[in-house]
Amino acid sequence: MTDAALRIDNVTVSYGPFVALDRVSLDLEPHKTLGLVGESGSGKSTLARVVAGLIPPDEGRVLLGAEELGKRRTREQHKRIQLVFQNPDASLNPRHTIRRILGEALLFHKIVDRSKVADRCKELLARVRIDETALDRYPHEFSGGQRQRIAIARAIAVEPSILIADEPTSALDVSVQASVLELLNELKSELRLTMLFISHDLGVIHAISDTVAVMRKGRVVEISPKEIFFARPETSYGYELLSAVPKMPLIPTK
Amino acid sequence: MSSAQPELRIRRASKLERSLKRIWSLPSLLWGCILLAILIAVALLAPIISPYHPSEQNMAAILQPPSSEHWLGTDQLGRDLFARLIYAARTDLKIMALAEIVPFCVGVFLGMVAGYYGKWADALITLATDTFIAFPFYLIVIIVAFVSGAGEKGIYITFMLVGWIVYARVVRGLSASLRKQEWIAAARTLGLPNIKIILRHLLPNVLPQAVVVLMTDMAVLLVAIVTLGYLGIGIAPPTPDWGTMISEGQPFISTKWWLSAAPGFAVVYAGIALSLIGDGLADLWRRK
Repeated sequence: MTDAALRIDNVTVSYGPFVALDRVSLDLEPHKTLGLVGESGSGKSTLARVVAGLIPPDEGRVLLGAEELGKRRTREQHKRIQLVFQNPDASLNPRHTIRRILGEALLFHKIVDRSKVADRCKELLARVRIDETALDRYPHEFSGGQRQRIAIARAIAVEPSILIADEPTSALDVSVQASVLELLNELKSELRLTMLFISHDLGVIHAISDTVAVMRKGRVVEISPKEIFFARPETSYGYELLSAVPKMPLIPTK
Repeated sequence: MSSAQPELRIRRASKLERSLKRIWSLPSLLWGCILLAILIAVALLAPIISPYHPSEQNMAAILQPPSSEHWLGTDQLGRDLFARLIYAARTDLKIMALAEIVPFCVGVFLGMVAGYYGKWADALITLATDTFIAFPFYLIVIIVAFVSGAGEKGIYITFMLVGWIVYARVVRGLSASLRKQEWIAAARTLGLPNIKIILRHLLPNVLPQAVVVLMTDMAVLLVAIVTLGYLGIGIAPPTPDWGTMISEGQPFISTKWWLSAAPGFAVVYAGIALSLIGDGLADLWRRK
């Protein structure tokens, strides 16, 4: 087994009596995409937030390479793990311009000098295929798909090594889902990212993952390479999920 | 691949153009601004507008009715009422504006802290606001004004003690709901420290609401200043103030009603201007 880029080790999170994550362990292989599926309420988003450092785990630990991530992360540790949220309507501050949204990320992590921020912002927008006239506009002036691209630009602005995508396409129109997925795939290989991709949509998982993990009621019940999972899942729950999806591999791989 | 979207190429009206258009479409904001601008202009230009000094007495011409010489007549000491009225606008508006600065900043900040952190910070600040709210406003004002001494200083101290509460309450509620927004989580994922999230991300989102409250609260404060003046524990004579003018005119209310009515009208006028602006701003930001 290769060294994991990120290791989730026996993580438990509970909200009062409700156990959201029950001794979850997962390894993210470097430069690969782990697709995490499960029905709503299975703990997928909680796991994303634990990895991003938004929720401290009650038990267990998260390791970034060999480093254990503590309750208070350092600036460098924050920089290395970035998160793309589900709802692009809510993930961009409505009162900040795009220039400010991207610039803040760049300046806070000292990615570039102040004088080069504008140029880097333009590069980032080009990378996610948004016109550079967007810089001085506000999030509400864009469509959902465009906003999600901007959110992706903010996430990659700080040059993370791990990118978590928490249902990044589920709030989007079907017509733009494919292009956002394609963009994420492209960025992943160009920037050599390790990706944790969360979705309840097996078609999306099929299009983007190398490995598939299945969560149910706060537990990881199956981890399989993509080809194996989609051909003959190890668990009956995996089989159930697959057979419940009539439209499965509609989106072409890569 | 969908590159530049077509709507990006539409020429955008300049910022100034757009704000002017917006203000035109909001008569309450427009009128509020016009009324307030007139009031401020009159206050600032008082020495130019009025030929008389507000404390210049003329015992030979007391309690005169309005005439071409004295537009609003004279008071019991023969002072020109119009001069006193517009000089009083200077005093009262200045105190009103200055007394709001500290409570506004403190209240907005504490409200954000309470709403953003929740838990004990929230409990503490909510306890403080609820305790103050339980007392009648004027009771506190009168007690503090007595303790700290009458006059301008007393008004500032009083308002620093109680003025922040209204902002803290409004901003706290707003911050508590905004805290759950994903853009706050995004800022935390970047690693921004909480104080930066509060000042850079939360503040611009709560400020519009706070400014709307500021407008209504200024009207309330103005009435409080005038009330204290009327009760004799506010601005001390001979400094012109609408409250003292109302009380000085009171003995003559049945015959020389304008002595009290003119400053009373001035208070109402200022209150209406501020309320219109507050309503207008609320509409403006609600539409966005």
